[in-house]
Amino acid sequence: MNRQQRIKFYQTGTFTVGNRLLGDEDRTVQSRMERTNSLNSGHRACQGCGEALGARYAVDAAMRAAQNRLIAVNATGCLEVFSTPYPESSWRIPWLHSLFGNAPAVATGVAAAFRAKGRTEMKVIAQGGDGGTVDIGFGCLSGMFERNDDVLYICYDNEGYMNTGVQRSGSTPPAARTMTTPAVGEHPGQPFGAGKNVPRIAMAHGIPYVATASVSNLRDLEAKVTKAMGLSGSRYIHIHVPCPLGWVHDPALTIKVARLAVESGLFPLIEAEYGRITGRTMIRRKIPVERYLELQGRFKHLFLDPRHRETIAAIQAIADAHLTEYGLLEKENSRGT
Amino acid sequence: MERKPFAISLDPNSSLANHTGSWRTVRPIYVDRLPPCNHACPAGENIQSWLYYAEEGKYKEAWDVLMRDNPFPALHGRVCYHPCETACNRAQLDEAVGIHAVERFLGDRAIQEGWQVMPGTATGKTVLIIGAGPSGLSAAFHLARFGHAVTIYDAGPKAGGMMRFGIPKYRLPRDILDAEIARIEAMGVTIRLNHKVEDLEAVLKAGNFDAVFLAIGAHLAKRTEIPGRDAGKIMDAAGFLKSLEGKTPPKIGRRVVVYGGGNTAIDAARTAKRLGAEEAVIVYRRDRAHMPAHDFEIREALEEGVVIHWLRTIKRAEESKYTVEVMELDETGRPRPTGLFEEIDADTLILALGQNADTAFLRNVPGLKIAEDGVIDVDETMMTGRPGLFAGGDMVPSERTVTTATGHGKKAARHIDAYLRGTRYVKTAPHPIATFDKLNTWYYTDAERSKQPILEAARRRSTFDEVAGGLDPSTALLEARRCLSCGNCFECDNCYGVCPDNAVIKLGPGKRFAFNYDYCKGCGICVQECPCGAIEMVKETI
Repeated sequence: MNRQQRIKFYQTGTFTVGNRLLGDEDRTVQSRMERTNSLNSGHRACQGCGEALGARYAVDAAMRAAQNRLIAVNATGCLEVFSTPYPESSWRIPWLHSLFGNAPAVATGVAAAFRAKGRTEMKVIAQGGDGGTVDIGFGCLSGMFERNDDVLYICYDNEGYMNTGVQRSGSTPPAARTMTTPAVGEHPGQPFGAGKNVPRIAMAHGIPYVATASVSNLRDLEAKVTKAMGLSGSRYIHIHVPCPLGWVHDPALTIKVARLAVESGLFPLIEAEYGRITGRTMIRRKIPVERYLELQGRFKHLFLDPRHRETIAAIQAIADAHLTEYGLLEKENSRGT
Repeated sequence: MERKPFAISLDPNSSLANHTGSWRTVRPIYVDRLPPCNHACPAGENIQSWLYYAEEGKYKEAWDVLMRDNPFPALHGRVCYHPCETACNRAQLDEAVGIHAVERFLGDRAIQEGWQVMPGTATGKTVLIIGAGPSGLSAAFHLARFGHAVTIYDAGPKAGGMMRFGIPKYRLPRDILDAEIARIEAMGVTIRLNHKVEDLEAVLKAGNFDAVFLAIGAHLAKRTEIPGRDAGKIMDAAGFLKSLEGKTPPKIGRRVVVYGGGNTAIDAARTAKRLGAEEAVIVYRRDRAHMPAHDFEIREALEEGVVIHWLRTIKRAEESKYTVEVMELDETGRPRPTGLFEEIDADTLILALGQNADTAFLRNVPGLKIAEDGVIDVDETMMTGRPGLFAGGDMVPSERTVTTATGHGKKAARHIDAYLRGTRYVKTAPHPIATFDKLNTWYYTDAERSKQPILEAARRRSTFDEVAGGLDPSTALLEARRCLSCGNCFECDNCYGVCPDNAVIKLGPGKRFAFNYDYCKGCGICVQECPCGAIEMVKETI
């Protein structure tokens, strides 16, 4: 982001969460002692859960932007299950769960209720995983977009149905192994050509704001949530959150895996307003997709003997297409700013 | 009972009741690792620590930390060969941090501002130091901080030893040297100049001192036999450099040949050039790769017009004509003669073949072990065979650099202090080294090294003005911030941010962080994402 280019902090850069040398205005929400911790300790997410982290990043930023006047509606999914097993909850904000597929509709209703009561200061977010967003809640989501209801919808994309035992979703990437797309046969894993790109579909609705973000780039994520919170109408943010369980990687590598997805070009970080791309986050050090894939057990079959060179090349082609489509490289070198 | 909504029978609760720490099999702990720069510093400086303050622009605090180990930052920022920068992890990323340049900046600022170090509470003990070179002055400084009364005897007319009589002015301006010595004198250290100790045993027996530290250096030039007749003017490099401190500069003529390949040879040749020699030629028996002089000094000398004849030895001298033999290197890198000869002309030949310690006056001291080349044997506490008599610097086996000597002074002072108190100084075991693989360098912004201004070549050939300039406050700050803080938390908030379980507690500015083991699941993201390697995973004992 432009902000990153501006601040020249050599030692600590602008890549760390905080920095004792930064002025208050340049600090992230997560670096603050007074951050909300909207999703509190004691939740039952797996070790190294990217979704738990992404949710706290996003909701803490939204809380700060809304001056704590925020209510969240949650779709069914990991986030709901691990945070709120009856009668406990990890949420430190007003929080509502109804069904798997109706979070956008419930959020629309909450926003309408506040409007009817004249509570214009209250902000509404809805959130869910990729299952509740890309597949099951998709009709309600499209309706919410189409009516331009005043809700920020955040999708935490871990590329599958994880808490039910790792089944494929409409967001599972090609060649990935899940319980329903096993690594067998000539084209193991999720077939190429399946799935959908919901950020692009959201853009096609012409809503005020669409963005993608990653748990590996906190500053970028917070800037996008803050920007979205400053707008009205339907807004959509799609956050890439690795799942150590479903992706089969070392829990310590959650952020690294997310970073490599961005740096390889497989998960482009973009912004769009009213259907047009308005921002992109440049890749800092481009890497080949193997570096991303080889850390994950769900792609392990690609690297066994015989190595699936063509499959890997096809995944590389997807990454390369993103680089060209969004212009993510400053120039063809491996050491950008 | 409170009325509850339909089908709700339990009170809502916070998940804080759920101590997920019980899932853990490994736990993260905060550690301090030894930065490679600190490990490499012969003076034992805590470089990462003073850079930490310099990064915040807290130059006085940075200087205070630096002064705990080294009383000469302005000097070392100029003349130290900075092994710290060779060891610096940042060199593997882009370029090493310009540690010496920041050190010099701090040292110069201290002189400008008149910053002073206070002596310790008086102990009533007295220490004699023989030799006011880097080792002796450093020991004096540290002993004064311990509260001991220190007297230095030096044979020379001015204090500084090799720092004054060996290092040319263009590398170390004398006002800087004087200022840093004056600061030590201001701590109550007495320096008696022109006071050569002829009979140490008599001084020891007089019993005016509780301990003695010998630091006379190595001033006796090594000679070599060059057959010939009516040879022209021949002098040794140490004597030549020393004579520049006198009133009249030595006469060396138009053509000067320096024989040797160490830093002193380079200093002598560059000095000859500045004295007006049209030709300053270094003759050295091996090639550039095997030259002991530091590469940047060779480069600077060449820039100033010094000519180096590699793979040559001087065989004969006849008036002002010298016969040199061409050498070649064998497989082991040793030079061997080829039988080919050349002739060169020189008005003066300067021998830069190294120096020995002049320890003849110690021969009557019982218990001392003196090697053939005059070097004194000391134990790991820097004490000689004679109790209460310590020795350091160039006169004991060492690297023979200013920085090593300064480090000896500190080490000796610690042991002398312990000796005077009847205890033993035990060094705390060092932390394991923060090697490059412990870092996550993603988080460091790419940043080029700040360049020090360099005096233009024309002025370098004719004047003794300092060659390298200092950094200004803004570049010094940026250079300090290039430090990766290897192995030591610099409060970047990464661990606090990246924990999915909020199990890192931020304790506030300057207080670092703590783990909340009630909730830490042991995922290890904090370890992975810590830029500087200050967190470690250890097995949980169950």
